[in-house]
Amino acid sequence: MLCQKCHERQANVHVNKIVGGKMSATHLCEQCAKENGDFLTQFAAGNPFDFNHLLSGLLNMESSPGVSPPGVVAPAQCSTCGMTYGQFTKIGRFGCPDCYDHFAVRLDPLLRRIQSSTTHTGKVPAKSGERVKQRKTLEQFRREMQEAIASEQFERAAELRDKIRELETQLSE
Amino acid sequence: MSLSDFLQRATSRWMKDGGPEDDIILTSRIRIARNLQGLPFPILQTDTHADEVIRAVQEAVAAEAVAKVGKFEFIRCASLSPLDRQVFVEKHLISPDLAEAEKHGAIALRDDEAISIMVNEEDHLRIQCIMPGLRLEDAWHLASAVDDALEQSLLYAFHEKFGYLTACPTNVGTGIRASVMMHLPGLVLSGNIQRMLTAVSHVGLAVRGMYGEGTESNGSLFQVSNQVTLGETEEEIIGNLSSVVHQLIDHERAARKALLQENREALEDRVCRSFGILAYARRMDSRETLQRLSDVRLGIDLGILKGVSSGILKELMVMTQPAFLQKYFHEELAPGERDIRRAMLVRERLRLDDTEVR
Ligand SMILES: [Zn+2]
Ligand SMILES: [Zn+2]
Repeated sequence: MLCQKCHERQANVHVNKIVGGKMSATHLCEQCAKENGDFLTQFAAGNPFDFNHLLSGLLNMESSPGVSPPGVVAPAQCSTCGMTYGQFTKIGRFGCPDCYDHFAVRLDPLLRRIQSSTTHTGKVPAKSGERVKQRKTLEQFRREMQEAIASEQFERAAELRDKIRELETQLSE
Repeated sequence: MSLSDFLQRATSRWMKDGGPEDDIILTSRIRIARNLQGLPFPILQTDTHADEVIRAVQEAVAAEAVAKVGKFEFIRCASLSPLDRQVFVEKHLISPDLAEAEKHGAIALRDDEAISIMVNEEDHLRIQCIMPGLRLEDAWHLASAVDDALEQSLLYAFHEKFGYLTACPTNVGTGIRASVMMHLPGLVLSGNIQRMLTAVSHVGLAVRGMYGEGTESNGSLFQVSNQVTLGETEEEIIGNLSSVVHQLIDHERAARKALLQENREALEDRVCRSFGILAYARRMDSRETLQRLSDVRLGIDLGILKGVSSGILKELMVMTQPAFLQKYFHEELAPGERDIRRAMLVRERLRLDDTEVR
């Protein structure tokens, strides 16, 4: 096979990529692959730093029988976008934001392996994060109220109880 | 147009300016992934979905909140020639995947090219901030400010437990990828690089050669970045990366010092030989160019070469790439022809400086 870029030399670097949902293969000679620079060669076969390669290895482990937590039947498909868990393990990408909820049960063991925990602790967006912030404040108030009760600061505890009720009504709206 | 005019116009700020620790750190880069609520990720996008994302981001970029962060130009990939898209890739402003997303992709670019917003790459938005030298915190604050400004017009897909939702679970949570490009010739020449890089990969960071494969990096250029995006705050992620980078800097400085003390003659020979080849050769492939530039830059840093601007490595490692070369010479060039023009461009650039070999 000839190199798809220079059409002169033999292609011996084969690069697979997912573009716009479709798998595409590029065949280049070594020289053109190098000239293509940093981004392309990282996908070349045999690179020990290939992240996607690593991920698909993990996902395949995940889909092997007996790994799913016992007694939990995970849905096979996201009802919003139609992506199946099988497709996800092949391409390593979700189809839409709702996939995270649909596949949540199977996600925890995977995230524990590739991430440092399964719960976000970083930045929270102002708009979509407002409710999340309120929920965190609520937890904080509940903890403080318990402490106030334990140390017999009942006035403070009553104050906190009112704040908690207010937040609970806001959140249930 | 003269070369110096071309340089003024065609280079990004990160290619020209210096910054903290810039004898070793070429650039700091922050990239954050964001997606819009209620729309499929680009992998399952129809034309209508893609247009919806592009229109929403274009409006958000045009809004006053974003204008406060800078002057942005919004460009659809379809309106760029393949050569121009490749030039953007070579300047590290967009990814090769976005360059190939001719139909659905778009870019919002700040006038100094320090911020680029990629639209419909793997995620709906990838906000990237790139700065010269070691300035990860500054880059994060700037990227985060753009993120805040955009969010005033956009509704992000955000999950109470998982954080910012991304197409790939390796980005979920903070969606942040922080990386630094390091020039580590001392560790390469002293034979310690493999050991260092293995150690770095054991503390949860990813390392790869910028050009070339694996640790056989051309030009001793390496990129170090975080792998974990969920379960740590952005500040923790950047802090971890910074502390490892600082250790690498110390090791690199020590290796350079040892080389100078124990192998001065061999080192001077290598540096001056490379300078001579860059200054006089008539054919240069990109691999050799990078290696020689790396030697020359080391020679500048160690005081062996005087009068050559230290930005030469950053500048020429981008400008001698295939698309940039063709842009400069205004014509399509076959690979063999490129080697001749590459050598020509390098010679021309070196003549702009008033070099003195010590
Ligand atoms: Zn070729
Ligand atoms: Zn889905």
